[in-house]
Amino acid sequence: MLLRDLGIIPAQKSPVTDGGNRPHVNLSRRAFVGGAGLFVIGVTLAGCDIFPEPEIDASAFDLPDAGPSPLTGVKGGDATPMLWIAIDKDGTVKITCHRSEMGQQVWTSMAQIIADELEAEWDKVEIVQAEGHERYGDQNTDGSRSVRFNFHRLRVAGAAMRQMLVAAAALYWELPAEKCSAKGGHVSNTENGNTLSYGNLAELAGRLEIPAEEDITLKSRKEWRYINTEMPSFTVPRLVKGEGTFGIDVQRPGMVYAVVARPPQVFGRVASFDDAKARAVPGVLGTVRLPDAKPPALFQPLGGVAVVARDTWAAIEGRRALEVEWASGPNAGYDSEAYAEQLKATAKRSGKLRRARGDAPGALASASKRVAADYYTPHLGQTPMEPPCATAEWTGDTLECWASVQDPQSTRGALAEALGIDKEKITVTPTWLGGAFGRKSKPDFVIEAALIAREVGKPVKLTWTREDDVRHGYYHSVSAQHLEGGLAADGTCTAWLHRTVFPPISSTFDNSVTDPSDGEMGMGASDVPFAVPNLRVESGGAKAHLRIGWLRSVANIYHAFAVQSFAAELAHAAGRDQKDYLLDLIGPARLVDPTEEGAKYGNYGASLEDYPIDTARLRGVIERAAAMAKWGRKLPKGRGLGIAAHRSFLSYVATVVEVEVSADGSISIPGVWVAVDAGTVINPRHVRAQMEGGTIYGLSNALYGAITAKNGAVEQDNFPSWRLMRMEEAPRAFEVEIIPSDAPPGGVGEPGTPPAAPALANAIFAATGHRLRTLPLIGPDANKLTLPAATSA
Amino acid sequence: MAITLKINGQSQEVDAAPGTPLLWVLRDHLGMTGTKFGCGAAQCGACTVHVDGEPTRACVTPHDSLDGAAITTIEGVEGRAADAIRKAWVANDVPQCGYCQSGQIMAAAALLRDNPKPDDAAIDEAMSGNLCRCATYMSIRRAIKEAAATL
Repeated sequence: MLLRDLGIIPAQKSPVTDGGNRPHVNLSRRAFVGGAGLFVIGVTLAGCDIFPEPEIDASAFDLPDAGPSPLTGVKGGDATPMLWIAIDKDGTVKITCHRSEMGQQVWTSMAQIIADELEAEWDKVEIVQAEGHERYGDQNTDGSRSVRFNFHRLRVAGAAMRQMLVAAAALYWELPAEKCSAKGGHVSNTENGNTLSYGNLAELAGRLEIPAEEDITLKSRKEWRYINTEMPSFTVPRLVKGEGTFGIDVQRPGMVYAVVARPPQVFGRVASFDDAKARAVPGVLGTVRLPDAKPPALFQPLGGVAVVARDTWAAIEGRRALEVEWASGPNAGYDSEAYAEQLKATAKRSGKLRRARGDAPGALASASKRVAADYYTPHLGQTPMEPPCATAEWTGDTLECWASVQDPQSTRGALAEALGIDKEKITVTPTWLGGAFGRKSKPDFVIEAALIAREVGKPVKLTWTREDDVRHGYYHSVSAQHLEGGLAADGTCTAWLHRTVFPPISSTFDNSVTDPSDGEMGMGASDVPFAVPNLRVESGGAKAHLRIGWLRSVANIYHAFAVQSFAAELAHAAGRDQKDYLLDLIGPARLVDPTEEGAKYGNYGASLEDYPIDTARLRGVIERAAAMAKWGRKLPKGRGLGIAAHRSFLSYVATVVEVEVSADGSISIPGVWVAVDAGTVINPRHVRAQMEGGTIYGLSNALYGAITAKNGAVEQDNFPSWRLMRMEEAPRAFEVEIIPSDAPPGGVGEPGTPPAAPALANAIFAATGHRLRTLPLIGPDANKLTLPAATSA
Repeated sequence: MAITLKINGQSQEVDAAPGTPLLWVLRDHLGMTGTKFGCGAAQCGACTVHVDGEPTRACVTPHDSLDGAAITTIEGVEGRAADAIRKAWVANDVPQCGYCQSGQIMAAAALLRDNPKPDDAAIDEAMSGNLCRCATYMSIRRAIKEAAATL
């Protein structure tokens, strides 16, 4: 093929982004120089040519063995600088990013943290994507925790290397280290102003001892240059030229293409198939029967038949021609309408106690006014714009995979298990992810690619079509919730009952589990921060019939929808303003500890000492968002403001939505105002983008999103039956404010989503007097709200 | 059957099955992966290219219907409008994951070429065929207006 000659396909380059460099990780403390071998013939500092600096010959120094790294166990994991940073002789600073880049700009934020402490020059920084390996610690890019897990240790790593570079310069100049200072990629002699570049110092620095943590001085907040700054993205300049490699873009010599026909029902299987017509399609090379899936679902593929072809289109056409008779399996009876009734019935009965304060049933019985409401939310699909895609290549008995995965380590483990080979024989490198939202934390698609590649003996790129993505996902759980509130004569809330029923994510890993987990309950139900004297939170179980999985902000979505809608319903019942009443429910500034009231609360894996539930911060975002939206202003008929606030992933977000609803139910969103307190922020622009994106994700799902099943098979297949918000429907104005904070960093990718739906529903109520308690509000086919005949709140 | 396509000003010989959409010819036969697959049904706009200057969904356009047509992809789009769009995209960090952005840029570049000062309604009309699950819609609006101001 001529493509290589045209420069379109690089011949030997690894297919992964950023030049395909794998990090050269060598834990010997002396081997971090990348060895680009370029001679340093001069440097330009602040635009002025200065004397060429002498090239340092590191081998001329007789140094004792540096010994083991003292930084392998700092808070957050291994901070050994060589694990994260390699400095080439030409001064290029290669920073390894061990998290997956999926639009949250983690390449940039991880680099900001390291480069700041390192005192690196920003335009000398390059990013190297790490493959999946335990040496990096947690790589599961999920749960909005890349920054909070790594902030401290990456600062330590950067500072340690800075100090080693300073020590190298001091050694070379025969000066005490105090006389040397590092800034902007150079170490200066403070006595005479001479400088040495990092590139020149790197090899010698790499032979020195790594300082212990107590000997490392981190920069003060005032000294930060890159942290809390809008540093430019590493991905965007390439994206605008169509460059960069997503999972679907990987190319390998001799590669063939595959799609898979999967059973319509989870744990369905192939009864029989005839591939004669498929093989007759031009370009089709053959078919591969995949093993049937057996409960529990785990990360295993769903089975079925793969069609392998010389291009993706031929594979798709071959699949269309494939004749398969499916055996339906144990979930064939799953019907969303009947299931919804079952969940709602469960939510009416008393459930398993998850948190109690005072005597909520007694207080409800004696309340001056009693309010009850039932909420229902459907399954959702993550549907990143890039569907799941993976490329697998076998060389003998070793396997290399490139894929858009959120967790290359669990991918590697799942591959080893499914293929029956040693994990050490498997390499998994994340590409850029074309969105993920939780879908790509499940690597079933990578296993499919590896199984097919092993059968055909060639590199295989597996593509999920949009129909595959919508029909065969790991879905956000469906939920029914029942809430009751008791009001005193003056409208004060005296009792709160929240009962939540949904099939849990744990069912994916053990199909006998039907009870919501503590983690799911702690996402907006058992951690409710309200100061109501009598409070009771209960759960009800349900058996799952689809694969249930994480979706951006997870159980917070349905819990925040019900809790924040119901808070506004109570405000209405009390004749009070939504925002004022919400602040009263939250009560005075204090730290809330749900475990004191019987909740098994995990706080997103963080301690309540480091990350308390701080109602002052929750109140703060509410006051700020209300001020931004000019809460209380007079609005024309048909317009309304709604507010909701929610703490999730250790951050606090309040959202005000303004809607305009016409008499026929047509709806538009003139404005959205979001205030976020995420503690220490690495890049304010990223935070604003995640708030916009997270909010619209929530609004889009609330207006249009529903995955339903009939006879066990998902009924939606592509846009528009699975509908997303479009440009013309997006809010006209959108403002985000970040509350300045020195608190430890919280999550950012997910917390924008939970308050969006209830703020929208509360705004619709304010505009119309109609309380909508079932999502989606519009659905895929309609163009307007269906408003009930009478006001029900 | 081999046919010759004119892509980004270059003639490219392609041997794909009749009816194969341009998208897969670009991606799988020519290794030009900047044009993305999102739906295969002209519903999301991720595959947008220009055919004789017109924004076109490559996922539903048979390559063998393009004999003699000038095809422009994200890798090759240029001109004042496209340059202004790229610049504004970078200045505003418009993309998040970036997967849909090739299509967004192709749609926005065609819009500004034909209408250098689009109002909100014109932007909505030109861009509403392009889905973005990261929801960069507000940034796209900002960037289009910023780019327009430079033209």
